[in-house]
Amino acid sequence: MALAREENSPLFAGSVAGTLRLIFYLALAMVLMVLDHRNGWLWRLRYNAAIVVEPVYRLAGLPSAGMRTLSVAFADRKLLTEQNQRLREDLLLANAKLNRMAAVAEQNQRLKELLDTQRSLELNVQLARVIGMDMGQASHRLVLNRGDRDGIKQGQVVIDAHGVIGPIVEVLPTTSVVMLVTDPNHAVPVVVERTGLRTVAFGSRDGGQLSLPNVPMAADVKAGDKLLTSGLGGRFPPGFPVGEVRSVGQSASGMFLEARARPTADIDRSEDVLLLHDQAEPAGPPPPSTPAGPPAALAPVSGSSSASPPVSTSVASPATPAAAVQP
Amino acid sequence: MNRHRLSLLWVSGTLAFGLLSMLVPLPAVLQSFKPYWPALILLYWTIESGDRITLGVAFAVGLCADLLDGQLLGEQALRLCALVFIVLRFRSRLRFFPMWQQAAAVLVLLLNDRVLQLVVRTFAGESLPSASWWISPFVGALLWPFVFLLLDDLRMHSVAHSRSPTR
Repeated sequence: MALAREENSPLFAGSVAGTLRLIFYLALAMVLMVLDHRNGWLWRLRYNAAIVVEPVYRLAGLPSAGMRTLSVAFADRKLLTEQNQRLREDLLLANAKLNRMAAVAEQNQRLKELLDTQRSLELNVQLARVIGMDMGQASHRLVLNRGDRDGIKQGQVVIDAHGVIGPIVEVLPTTSVVMLVTDPNHAVPVVVERTGLRTVAFGSRDGGQLSLPNVPMAADVKAGDKLLTSGLGGRFPPGFPVGEVRSVGQSASGMFLEARARPTADIDRSEDVLLLHDQAEPAGPPPPSTPAGPPAALAPVSGSSSASPPVSTSVASPATPAAAVQP
Repeated sequence: MNRHRLSLLWVSGTLAFGLLSMLVPLPAVLQSFKPYWPALILLYWTIESGDRITLGVAFAVGLCADLLDGQLLGEQALRLCALVFIVLRFRSRLRFFPMWQQAAAVLVLLLNDRVLQLVVRTFAGESLPSASWWISPFVGALLWPFVFLLLDDLRMHSVAHSRSPTR
């Protein structure tokens, strides 16, 4: 829009002061931005202003909650019946699998106790609900209805029934923010299930997809391959599904193959998600092991045998629902 | 005095509503079509009662928006300040533009706003957004006539309403 210079505008007299004021405010904003970028003020401020901020978030989430209620209220009865039937079948199948898994898990547990390791197949999880809220238009984030008061910590991993959704990046007193695996700023170390190839999956810029930009040229990766978390780097526990390769092509540089993958988690549709508790193993060298000798369970007791160790090393507390999930 | 206070209430009320509608989630398909509501509403009040909207108000609204929904404290404050400054400069002309011309001016302002945002994001080290990121200003400009008429109607109504008891 071509707008001519204002020469006889009534505002002209005050324009010098106006420009000065503009410069003042712009400088103030820039100082704020730099300080925030360095020190992360915004989240501290948001945390302190939580009493104002969180009701606003909930209020803004109301329309989508209302839409959801309406869609349930007006949903076709047939559709609901079908869905119910499908869920019932899924439950049956899952139960059957679980039963088979339970024996294996128990065996595994015993073997691991023999090896004196603390790792457990049981998952210590917490259920959370998505408050349909998106933070900023360019980033891929979700807000959950659990926060500091529910014991949520930054860095906890959020999953749903199908795979990894992403890590918690910010925690407020009663809400928390998840960064999705499809966020362009997000990267997760993965392993290709079929071949064991390790690589890194980034969020792609065009949204809703994962990109694996540095797969070696000679590597055997093809569409349909499943990607699991590799557990390298210590932020994500190993063995959770992340995505499924859709296509493989040359990367822009021509030095690597670039694979595109679709996240397995229902990122767009999840309403209820699970928060993993302290599953990631600490990075760095393991702590020095204190007792050198046979495990306590094998200590000479005045009993008959030590075949059934009574100690339970389960990490799951009775208050939180524990679920055994097969990889 | 009463009228003044009432219209102040209207200004702050609509601005708060703008902030809230900025947060309202949309389905992923419509996400990039969401206009920048606080800017549209601030634009209206700057054009219509520019003596009330100063750079300080814009800065405060921007800080609130940053607090609620932002990645960098001060980013939206900077953008809204720049926007309001330009509008205040050309206010006397913008007011008497025909509607389509006003909408075109709004489009340019919103595009300028996006460019500013892009500059800030680039300095903050974030990745470049996809092409659909540029749709929002056009949606904003298309919605401008409706926003303008709606807010005008509300304002007229409130003025008439507040005047009638005094008569």
